[in-house]
Amino acid sequence: MTRRRLPEWLVLLLPAIIVIAAVVLIPLLFSLYSSFTPYKLTRPSTLWKWVGTYNYEKILSDAKFWAAFGRTVLFLTIVLNLELLLGLGIALMMNKVTWGQRTLRTILMFPMMFSPILVGFQFKFIFNDNIGLVNNVLQSMGFNAALPWLVDGKLAMFSIMFAEIWMSTSVFAILILAGLFAMPRDPLEAAKVDGCTPWQSFRHITLPFLMPFIYIAMTIRSLDVARAYDIVQIMTGGGPARRTELLWTLMSRTGYVDARMGLANAMGYVSIILSILFTVYFFRKLSAARAELGMAG
Amino acid sequence: MTEVTLSNVVKKYGALQAVHGIDLDIQDGEFVVLVGPSGCGKSTTLRMIAGLEDISGGEVSIGGRVVNDLPPRERNISMVFQNYALYPHMTVRENLGFSLKIAKRPGAEITEAVNEAAQILGLDELMDRKPAALSGGQRQRVAMGRAIVRHPDVFLFDEPLSNLDAKLRTQMRVEIKKLHQKVESTIIYVTHDQIEAMTLADRIVLMRDGHIVQVGTPLELFNAPVDTFVATFIGSPPMNLVDGVVEDGQIVLDGGVTLPVPTTAGRLSEGQAIKFGFRADNLMPAGHAVDEDGAVYELDLAVTLTEPLGTETLLFTNMAGVEVQGKMFNPRPVRPGEKMNFRLMLDKCHVFDAQSGHAIRR
Ligand SMILES: Nc1ncnc2c1ncn2[C@@H]1O[C@H](COP(=O)(O)OP(=O)(O)OP(=O)(O)O)[C@@H](O)[C@H]1O
Ligand SMILES: [Mg+2]
Repeated sequence: MTRRRLPEWLVLLLPAIIVIAAVVLIPLLFSLYSSFTPYKLTRPSTLWKWVGTYNYEKILSDAKFWAAFGRTVLFLTIVLNLELLLGLGIALMMNKVTWGQRTLRTILMFPMMFSPILVGFQFKFIFNDNIGLVNNVLQSMGFNAALPWLVDGKLAMFSIMFAEIWMSTSVFAILILAGLFAMPRDPLEAAKVDGCTPWQSFRHITLPFLMPFIYIAMTIRSLDVARAYDIVQIMTGGGPARRTELLWTLMSRTGYVDARMGLANAMGYVSIILSILFTVYFFRKLSAARAELGMAG
Repeated sequence: MTEVTLSNVVKKYGALQAVHGIDLDIQDGEFVVLVGPSGCGKSTTLRMIAGLEDISGGEVSIGGRVVNDLPPRERNISMVFQNYALYPHMTVRENLGFSLKIAKRPGAEITEAVNEAAQILGLDELMDRKPAALSGGQRQRVAMGRAIVRHPDVFLFDEPLSNLDAKLRTQMRVEIKKLHQKVESTIIYVTHDQIEAMTLADRIVLMRDGHIVQVGTPLELFNAPVDTFVATFIGSPPMNLVDGVVEDGQIVLDGGVTLPVPTTAGRLSEGQAIKFGFRADNLMPAGHAVDEDGAVYELDLAVTLTEPLGTETLLFTNMAGVEVQGKMFNPRPVRPGEKMNFRLMLDKCHVFDAQSGHAIRR
């Protein structure tokens, strides 16, 4: 037998390589390629027309895109910070609970168990200006006006944030709680003896210890929120008049409603940069916080 | 002036009572060691003094002030923890200065106090490292440094040396003793190691099961233990105890050895079951003892095992069916099984009631 055989390591890696190629690499390359074409879903032949960086140039000068981009960053910033504060508060309180803590922890996870689409529908109902729960409550308390929760741009943004925060604060709470459980008790006692008030102990001892856990939660959630789509799509569809348009609703509109897949893919690549920046930023912070605590890496 | 007084201090964890009404007076500047077997409530007692544990009953006062309801920060105490409890995210310098920073002292004062502590403990070269980059002994010194920068009224130590290797432990023991001579503060020190207790203490408080068994200077506990527990806990090797009974005003050990121990003043009653106690130092082969003054009882015993320690050798033998240890100074090689003529120094022996274990003074 003189037939050449593949080297052993390659044979062993081949299944993994094939799976990764099929699932990740080929779609990735395909979408990257198509972002350089005027590809329209309705006219497949457009896939073969090379337009260079035309799509990218178009995006970069497109006010709608930048509005969505800016809105996404704003959304991300507000949502992450509020979730952090609420999650931290919840975790600190849960840590004090001595009785029934397991049950509470399970209850805390409930919002994460629902499909975001259902959460979207639920809040769409809650914030509905005619029959919604919020307005009914407000009216029964004597406020006369029916607030246009999902119609007014600012209020709609608020409502979406509210839904997002309701659904995902527990990610922060759970991770921070894990941090509190892992926290050694001794330094806290040393701090008490060293003269710290409870607030000072928290500020100088507990918080630095929790920072790595907070950054992990931040990384996870920033990726999550940066691709926020379902809740927005259900609650407002990016409207009214694009005032709640985020990157992914814009992309899906461009790709599937306008059928301009090439352009949508280009948007996708630009917005991925956003996610990468956030991830890199939080990972830097994470390593710094871990180094601070004397942990490896 | 900082005396520490405990009166009838009780600690309960739910149904479990960890400390049963302890009374203790500690003088200003005194070095008191709480010692006892694991789980006897030493740490609990110390933590109640520190304010890290609620006091279930009784009163703790520091410097004449009842501190039961004061948080630790208002007690002006420092504590060194068993596993150091350094702040992992702070450098050695920050660890040392933390308490002063919290107390909002001026920067120059903090720097000075930190440098002084660093110098006393030889930490100068480690000031910018994080605790993770320190060895156990170095961490231990930082923990001590953190305690001394504040010039507290009372130092509390909870087994500060138990994570160190034997050599370093001996070294740090000396450091702690020097430190006490330098700062002259009151020190309350917890350990389960009787050698640490003996070497460091002005006064030892020996505890068992949440009770104080005996309080006294190291030599008082060594020479006049109140019961068999103290006798076997203090001193190394532990005191030998052999069962016996009182017959005709003399002590007869199980197995028939009759010791002419004078049992005056009617403290021992005829037929009373006793435990006869003596230390290894008081059972020595002829010609190898330190002094042979006083009443001596001679007996021939076969050596079963030897432990040479250099200046002395421990000899294991059997007396009345019990393994006992004797000692030999100016040691010579001894074969296992060799019969030697031992001298038992009766004046230094102890007699305990067999039932209660209490010492009976002769
Ligand atoms: N938080 C707690 N809850 C319930 N029981 C406790 C608690 N802390 C200590 N105990 C019990 O109190 C008793 C005394 O404990 P303590 O820690 O004071 O012992 P110790 O003398 O310091 O022992 P060691 O030498 O092992 O440190 C033990 O029986 C222990 O089980
Ligand atoms: Mg202890």
